[in-house]
Amino acid sequence: MDMEIVSAISLWFIPVLIGFILIYGTYKKVPTYESFVEGGKEGIKMAVSIIPFLVGMMVAIAVFRASGALDLMVDWLRPGLNKVGIPAEIVPLALIRPISGTAALGITSDLIGVYGPDSFIGTLAATLQGSTDTTFYVLTVYFGAVGIKKMGDAVKVGLLADAVAIATAIIVVTLMFG
Amino acid sequence: MVNYIWVVMTLIGLGFAVVNGTMAEVNEAIFTGAKDAVALCIGLVSILVFWLGMMRIAEDSGLLSKLSRLFRPLVSKLFPEVPSNHPAMGYILSNMIANMFGLGNAATPLGIKAMEELKELNGGKKETSRSMITFLAINTASITLIPTTVIAIRMNYNSANPTDIVGPTLVATAVSAVAAIFIDRYFYYRRSKKG
Repeated sequence: MDMEIVSAISLWFIPVLIGFILIYGTYKKVPTYESFVEGGKEGIKMAVSIIPFLVGMMVAIAVFRASGALDLMVDWLRPGLNKVGIPAEIVPLALIRPISGTAALGITSDLIGVYGPDSFIGTLAATLQGSTDTTFYVLTVYFGAVGIKKMGDAVKVGLLADAVAIATAIIVVTLMFG
Repeated sequence: MVNYIWVVMTLIGLGFAVVNGTMAEVNEAIFTGAKDAVALCIGLVSILVFWLGMMRIAEDSGLLSKLSRLFRPLVSKLFPEVPSNHPAMGYILSNMIANMFGLGNAATPLGIKAMEELKELNGGKKETSRSMITFLAINTASITLIPTTVIAIRMNYNSANPTDIVGPTLVATAVSAVAAIFIDRYFYYRRSKKG
């Protein structure tokens, strides 16, 4: 895989997409600026509504880390995981990602804050957060809302897919930034 | 489950502080943790406002529905039990497009609608159908084009190049989506062999 192409996509993707949306919107005679403002209002609501989730989770993580418990856990896991190329620091995030999206977001920010956004661990945490979704959230919300009681293979399929996603993220980031 | 994880993590931290003599650090962590979380959310406002504004233009101009028409033939193949002009297909497609562009909040109601339609296709039974499991697999693999929240976090912590993450995320998400589809197929064939 050519890593230069991946970097080029990183650089060009968003500007090109924005340009395209604006040109297409104007061509379709959408009141672009007014639409933008209306949509933007939702962003404020969204950011404010996650404050309590993040405060709760980030305090718990900060306590866990500051007490020394996290370091002990990571040191304890490191020898085994290093053999297969998995950084031990990422384990708490990998475990929580399928269960709670906001909890995972808290851990991701914690990792990025502690190790730095451009560090290997920080980049890996960001990729993991961006490339997988919360299996149990989708399971409970989607199946719960329509009253599905028997989940069948859904849990197994969802969790296996998560495991593959985590492995893929580790491989891609190791190849690009390792 | 989150409730237990949250409480256990905090209690282990507090207990460890007693044993380890790190109570002063833990005290400080409680307040800096809360402060960091709020600062992070405020940092998220900028990019969320901008991105959701842009996406509203894409929605109003019909770009999103056009995209879902473009993907229809491909996605139809993944759901052989859903007739391609059935409303379920429309909801599945809009849900996928919303997820792709990081519109999680918009994706959820669409996903629930899709599930309702899939349940009806399955005769209203209270168990999962083949298509429901496929839909779940695609959703958990979460095909993301732009990880907006993550970019915002990286910006907040002064990354040299916050959007560096777009390429690796795209690659990881594409590979894991394909894997999710294969895993789903594998379990389907295992089921049909048995029954």
